[in-house]
Amino acid sequence: MASDPATVDPGAPLLEVVDLVKHFPIKSGLLIDREVDQVRAVDGVSFTVNKGETLGLVGESGSGKSTTCRVVLQLLKPTSGSVKFEGREIAGLKRRDLRPLRREMQMIFQDPYASLNPRKRIGQIVGDQLKIQKVASGKELRVKVEGLLERVGLSPEHYNRFPHEFSGGQRQRIGIARALALGPKLVFCDEPVSALDVSIQAQIVNLLDDLQDEMGLTYVFVAHDIGVVRHISDRIAVMNNGKIVEAGDADQVCEHPRDDYTKKLLAAVPIPDPRESRARRERTGATG
Amino acid sequence: MSATPETAPVMPDAGGGPLLEVDGLRVGFATEDGRVQAVDGVDFQLEPGEVLAIVGESGSGKSVTAQTLIGLTRGPNSYIEGSVRLRGEELTSLSESQLQKVRGSQIAMIFQDPMTSMNPVFTVGTQIIEAIRAHDRSSSRKESRARAVELLEAVGIPDADRRVDAYPHEFSGGMRQRAMIAMGLALEPSVLIADEPTTALDVTIQAQILHLIQDLNRSRGLATILITHDLGVVAEVADRVLVMYGGKVVERGTLEDIFYDPQHPYTWGLLGSLTRLDQPRPHRLPQISGAPPSLLNLPKGCAFRTRCPHEFGKCTEVPGLDARLPGDPNHRDRCWLTPEQKKTLRDVEGRIGLEAPHG
Amino acid sequence: MLRFLIRRVLGAIAVIFAISVLVFLIFNVVPATNPAQRIAGKNATPELIKQVEHQWGFDQSLPAQYWTQMKLIFTGEVTSYQSSINVDQRIAEGIPATASLCIGAAVIWLAFGFLFGYLSAVRAGGWLDRGLTVLALIGISMPVFWLASLLLYYFTYKIEVFPASGYKSLSEPIEWAKHLILPWISLAVLFAGFYSRVLRSSMLDVMNEDYVRTARAKGLSQRRVMTKHVLRNSLIPVITLFGLDFGVLIGGGAIVTETLFNIEGVGLFTAEALQTQDFPSIMTVTLFGAFFIVLFNILVDIAYAYLDPRIRLGTSAA
Repeated sequence: MASDPATVDPGAPLLEVVDLVKHFPIKSGLLIDREVDQVRAVDGVSFTVNKGETLGLVGESGSGKSTTCRVVLQLLKPTSGSVKFEGREIAGLKRRDLRPLRREMQMIFQDPYASLNPRKRIGQIVGDQLKIQKVASGKELRVKVEGLLERVGLSPEHYNRFPHEFSGGQRQRIGIARALALGPKLVFCDEPVSALDVSIQAQIVNLLDDLQDEMGLTYVFVAHDIGVVRHISDRIAVMNNGKIVEAGDADQVCEHPRDDYTKKLLAAVPIPDPRESRARRERTGATG
Repeated sequence: MSATPETAPVMPDAGGGPLLEVDGLRVGFATEDGRVQAVDGVDFQLEPGEVLAIVGESGSGKSVTAQTLIGLTRGPNSYIEGSVRLRGEELTSLSESQLQKVRGSQIAMIFQDPMTSMNPVFTVGTQIIEAIRAHDRSSSRKESRARAVELLEAVGIPDADRRVDAYPHEFSGGMRQRAMIAMGLALEPSVLIADEPTTALDVTIQAQILHLIQDLNRSRGLATILITHDLGVVAEVADRVLVMYGGKVVERGTLEDIFYDPQHPYTWGLLGSLTRLDQPRPHRLPQISGAPPSLLNLPKGCAFRTRCPHEFGKCTEVPGLDARLPGDPNHRDRCWLTPEQKKTLRDVEGRIGLEAPHG
Repeated sequence: MLRFLIRRVLGAIAVIFAISVLVFLIFNVVPATNPAQRIAGKNATPELIKQVEHQWGFDQSLPAQYWTQMKLIFTGEVTSYQSSINVDQRIAEGIPATASLCIGAAVIWLAFGFLFGYLSAVRAGGWLDRGLTVLALIGISMPVFWLASLLLYYFTYKIEVFPASGYKSLSEPIEWAKHLILPWISLAVLFAGFYSRVLRSSMLDVMNEDYVRTARAKGLSQRRVMTKHVLRNSLIPVITLFGLDFGVLIGGGAIVTETLFNIEGVGLFTAEALQTQDFPSIMTVTLFGAFFIVLFNILVDIAYAYLDPRIRLGTSAA
């Protein structure tokens, strides 16, 4: 399979990120571009993800949470730092060497409307990876894809349909089926429910939960909605300005935040209970 | 154009009646796939200083309702029926140019995405000045500019005198939404319609904008219609709530009614699927099965029927929006279940939720 | 902005250089006929050809030949192999005619393109829009040579209202206009049709933007929304097209029109140069054309910056 068994350390966490840095240079100059400044999108981030658990990554826009995902997945080249998957360093690997890793790590995107090619049929979208990685073809491929569609709550008859025929929630299910096609160990979920209707969000969160139990998946769940992150995560890391400001057990972070930014973030989340929310407003003193 | 034939005399203040009164509002659009009834019977009244929340998902008709109030959905392919009265003056029968005088000056509207809701090629100041001068021709450019600066200050934009000449892209999302609100307030309207005003914003910014809207609402007596899908936002600011589904109002009541004594199963589902930070997390998020229906193909009878675990024979008939609780004429819902049944059915492990009956 | 301009000008020089090298190589590495033979005449002796080769520098190395050629072009001394006329001078003489033709036609096609495009967009789906659509499609699909022939037939032969051909200098403005009106129309119709379609679709896109809804919500009149908010944001595609089209035409691209109406402009000269495969003429005309195309591209970019502050003020890392 992907990694040489000799280098796999059984005791190591599934994913270990140490001091990850991603700077985007700002270039300027009259004739020749010089780097005048940089955006420190990810500025020294370290975390580990153990097999079978869910790490939640919360933060506001610009906090660097999505960039962190992309850098860990090596979709963006890190400026510095180490990313170990099953104990094996993957930061700085060449494209070709990364290819087997794509079977182990997958990503689910935010926008179920933009992330599916509108000209491809569902069967193709879900099966493409299997074909590219030469896992299955022909009849076997079809059976496999239909199984996946069923597994994510769609019907095998959807195989020949196009993305536009589906609702937002169904499209996100297609995105999940595509991510799971190769049987990855680690799945990055980048705001997977934030573009969906409220009544659909819970369905997708529950589906992700079920899939984790059945397939022994490990998630890194990135979102701005702390409520959802807390629900699905075992541990939470709060990001602000490219750094992790606080990390710990999900309930612990939400109920007893230590960092000021985390406190501010939690205090801003509306409480969907008029009496509670009024009580909190009175506690904190009218307007914020 | 509007379907209401009679033209009401233009009366600035009929006195006594509500500030804004909507009666039997229906909005349909002709599409290639047939006529879509986006809004199918909405009634409400709005008093000065009140925040009315209209809650719903995509396709519920909440945004179309809001836009129809100021005639933004008028067009060759739309059919508008019913009545919208502002201080007794019928708006649906006004001509486009008469309606222009109402828009912005009496009813202002702000939209979901502050990133795209301001014209990128004009400065923020120009756009506010333009709003002022569209209604107040006597206001000179200089006076309008001073007013714009004042407004930006009022909504909490620091260094307003300088920022008034900045372009929208030089503002952050939260600042842009503040500028949008400033623009909305320019002519001291009596009604503000806020269509998902915080959905595109970060939570910390959302809290600030909600507080700003609340402040304006209290200090200026500004009647506010808040369109949102987020019950958390509703709990923070609303006085009364309309819950919409499939183009119809399925429940309406006070904030307390909706949160503590909800009558419609869809409301239960929405409340149940909320993630609460102030409570221990449930093992599984309570969910509503299925997806919001397509307006082209609504189920016969109650539109929520196909997703409702408590459906029974009578649900193929459309229930009226009636007061079903004794002694509470203003809390209305569209569900055939009796209040007693509802009380037991909505109780899921001590919380309000939508769950299939056991066994 | 200054930084941007300097970069664009340097880029433009590089492009023109690359084009000149390419044209030079095509003519020298893939030779059709020996230019010396042509100059010396049909019955020239080998000695005479040798002499001509030496005199014109054909026996030098390619870089040296290139250098000589460029020097001649840019000092205004380049001579045609064919007729021994000064090419630079010939082009310079053609500029007033070509400029008159192109500027006049551009005014017409922009006026009609904008008018029809605007009306189509405002009345999208209505009968006016449909009528204008048909009109625009006719304009686009009518070949220039055919339209020109029709105009010539009806307006100079059937009813002799306009002179058939030639160009009169601007010192006689009435004659000037009379001679140009038919060429203007034949050149402008295609572009007018095309531009009206581009403007229409661009405006319809912009009309769906959120800020247009905002503009309506604050009580602006429909006309003000259209002219101020929609039109300005719809200009970019039209300006892009105009920069390219006008650059090509003024750089000698109005070949068909100039030929049919016998206007002694750059286009007609280009046609002659191509027919006789006269290398110095083709080289000079190509550089002349490239210069205008590159120039108008830069002007288009400046226009973008003027129209859109996000470009002007530079939104690097947001």
